[in-house]
Formats: sequence, structure tokens, C-alpha cells
Amino acid sequence: MNPIMNPAINPGAAPVATPFFFYLLSGVAIISALLMITRRNAVHSALALILTLLSVAGLYLMLYAPFVAGVQIIVYGGGIMVLFLFVIMLVNIERVTRERQFNRMWPVGLLASCALLALFLGAFEKGKSLLPDRLMQIPEASNTQGIAVLLYGDAGRMGPYTFAFEIASLLLLVAILGAVIMTKKKI
Amino acid sequence: MVPITTIHYLVVAAALFVLGVVGVLTRRNVVIVLMSIELILNAVNLNLVAFSRMWGNLYGQAFAIFIVVDAAAEAAVGLGILIAFFRNKETINVDEIDLLKW
Repeated sequence: MNPIMNPAINPGAAPVATPFFFYLLSGVAIISALLMITRRNAVHSALALILTLLSVAGLYLMLYAPFVAGVQIIVYGGGIMVLFLFVIMLVNIERVTRERQFNRMWPVGLLASCALLALFLGAFEKGKSLLPDRLMQIPEASNTQGIAVLLYGDAGRMGPYTFAFEIASLLLLVAILGAVIMTKKKI
Repeated sequence: MVPITTIHYLVVAAALFVLGVVGVLTRRNVVIVLMSIELILNAVNLNLVAFSRMWGNLYGQAFAIFIVVDAAAEAAVGLGILIAFFRNKETINVDEIDLLKW
């Protein structure tokens, strides 16, 4: 075993049933993503996507990113997917579930996606030597505090992402305005 | 068993990305196409957070939060467009949304 992965030397590498949870969470994520793209009923697809998002949040927890996991569950699972479910219920036409679900060029799409997957796996095989083999130590400050320093700045100075944070709030305002105006009956 | 490295997370992210691409390319239901786009964004997020762990800093996680914010805005606007179009022509089939076709 690589000496860096020895828990006696590097306490951040202590295995805590890591492979079991990784394979379980990634298996659930991939299987529910498969379910999402193949279901006839749109509500089933939305529920499968919620399951995918929750297992990806679990993978974030395994990567020592609890804040991103919390943001994922609250914003994606509790906001975006609820919005999707509302819209599915608004545009629910009964005849859609009886029609053909996949368009006529589905073999071409599947072939192109397999080529894309082969490209990704080829890139991983070639670039595997570039990734460092060491495991990083878990930093002393809490994860939320570290992200807050990046987003808000520290000790009176702007952080690297402060300007982007303000622009993101402007983006949300524009999105709200756009969604409200587009769904009005008379502008 | 082989220890879980960054490549494992990248492979999972690539699989989710390709499944999202398949959903966008092959489904005829517009809502499911939009949900596949959300799946693609999630795969990118997983990639970023895995690299953030690998390098030991938090830049990837901050970028991932921005991507979640952007996905929320994009989902709201996309669903608004869908509802506005649905009010015009009672269909959610991508093959029947061809008003701009010549």
C-alpha cells in the first residue's frame, strides 16, 4: 500500500468503510439517472432525479464538502425539483404518456453519447499520471468558514469570488423578472 | 480493494454527464430534456468538488455553488418559456415545437 495512505502516518486517510459507501452512492446515482431518462411518466422521472441529487449530495459529503452538500439538497432538491414538479403538474397532458417516448434518431444520439463516454475514459487513462497521488489534510477551519472567506472576503479585503457573488445575485434577480414576465397572460 | 481515488469520482461524473446527454438527445418530452440538463450540471459539479478535494483548496467548491445558483436561474427561465409556449400551442413534444422551421 502507498505509504501516504497509511492511517498511522496520515490521519486523514483512515478508511471508514469508504469503498462501500462510494460504490453504494455512485451505484444509486447512476441507476436513478438511468431511470430518469427512460421513464414514461414525467413525475417518475422527477422523483428519480431527486434520488440522483440526494446520492450526489452523499458523494459530496464523502469528498469533505458538507456545505456544498447542504446547498445541493436545499437548492436543488428543495427548490429546483419542486419547481419542476409544479410545472409537470401544470402541463400534464394525458396523451403524452401514450405516445412514443424517444425520438426517431435515438440510435444516433446513443452512438454519439457512447463516443463521448469513450472520449472521457480515454482522457482519464492518458491523464492519470498527472493527478497527484497524495491525499490532502483536512484543513483546520470549518468548511463553511473557508467558503465564506472565498465568497465574502477576509478582514476587510475582497475575496476572490466576491464580485462573482454580487453578479450572481443580479443574475437571480434577472431570472425572477424573466420568469414572472414570461408567464403573465398580458404583459 | 483498491482505494478510492479522484479518478473514481471522475468516472462517476462522466457517466452522469453521458446519461444527461443521452436524455437531452433522445427524449421527446420537453420537461425531461430540461431535467437532463440539470443532470449534466450536477455531473460537472461532482467533477469540480472531486478536484477541489484533490488539490486541497476550496476553489472548486465555491465554483460548484455558483453553478448551483446558475442552474436554479436557468431552470426557472426555461420552465417559464415552456409554460408560455404551452399556453400558445398545447404540446410538450419537442418534435411539435417547430414554429420557426422553414
